[in-house]
Amino acid sequence: MSEIAQQAEETVENIEVNVEGNMENIEKQLAELKSRIEVLDKKTTEPKVSMIVFSGDLDKVLASFIIATGSVAMGMEVVMFFTFWGTPVLRDKNKSVGGKDIMGKMFGTMLPKGTGAVKLSQMNMGGMGTAMMKSLMKKKNVATLEQMLEMAEELGVKIYVCEMSMDLMGFKREEMIDYNGLEFCGVAKFLEEANNSRIQLFI
Amino acid sequence: MPEEFTVEKVMDLKGLPCPMPVVKVSKGIKEVEVGQVIEAHSTDPGSLTDFPAWARTSGNEILKTEEGGDVIKFFIKRNV
Repeated sequence: MSEIAQQAEETVENIEVNVEGNMENIEKQLAELKSRIEVLDKKTTEPKVSMIVFSGDLDKVLASFIIATGSVAMGMEVVMFFTFWGTPVLRDKNKSVGGKDIMGKMFGTMLPKGTGAVKLSQMNMGGMGTAMMKSLMKKKNVATLEQMLEMAEELGVKIYVCEMSMDLMGFKREEMIDYNGLEFCGVAKFLEEANNSRIQLFI
Repeated sequence: MPEEFTVEKVMDLKGLPCPMPVVKVSKGIKEVEVGQVIEAHSTDPGSLTDFPAWARTSGNEILKTEEGGDVIKFFIKRNV
């Protein structure tokens, strides 16, 4: 009788050791899976659109804003980076600042001052084409660039302006438009946002 | 079997070109409760493909689309 009891006890002990060993294994695997998921989580992109607006052409900037406002409607977050020729589009036509050097003054005069002054990329014909397009847009009820910018602000589209372009063209922060949350940045900010976005566009 | 629903709000989007119909409808649908239905009238032919695309992406549901003359009527249920 006692022999049987002893055997039973040994068997139970064996089982316990086995279970413990298995549990350890499972816990190890679980920890590994958890760390893998953490890595993947960081790599998962958000429903976000990152856009570089490089162009300062009316048609291309308008297209950028149509995509931006449409994206918000689709439930996506939007970040726009204005750089190079896109930068002067965000100047405020009613603001002027002094203290610019000769190159800054030249760029300031030659580049469009704000959304109202940008031209078509094609068929501009000395401004005639742009004027015709604008009147056609009005007739067809297409929103103007000013209205699109307003809409974008209302919808919470985030706008960043390239600091280097500003500096290169001699623009000052004080002459840019009043836009809620407008910030100045460099390439790293764009790359961070683009890295977390499902859609990246260069316009 | 036709689905029964009550329209909570009607949106007039006639004459508006892209991207305004979806921009406005995405704002307008937030003014009703989840589960309620809005009716949107658009004259933009692009809406026929845009509204379903918007609904799929935003998680809402188009219950019915009516085309008659120039006006397209969408019946959209707010799901999110």
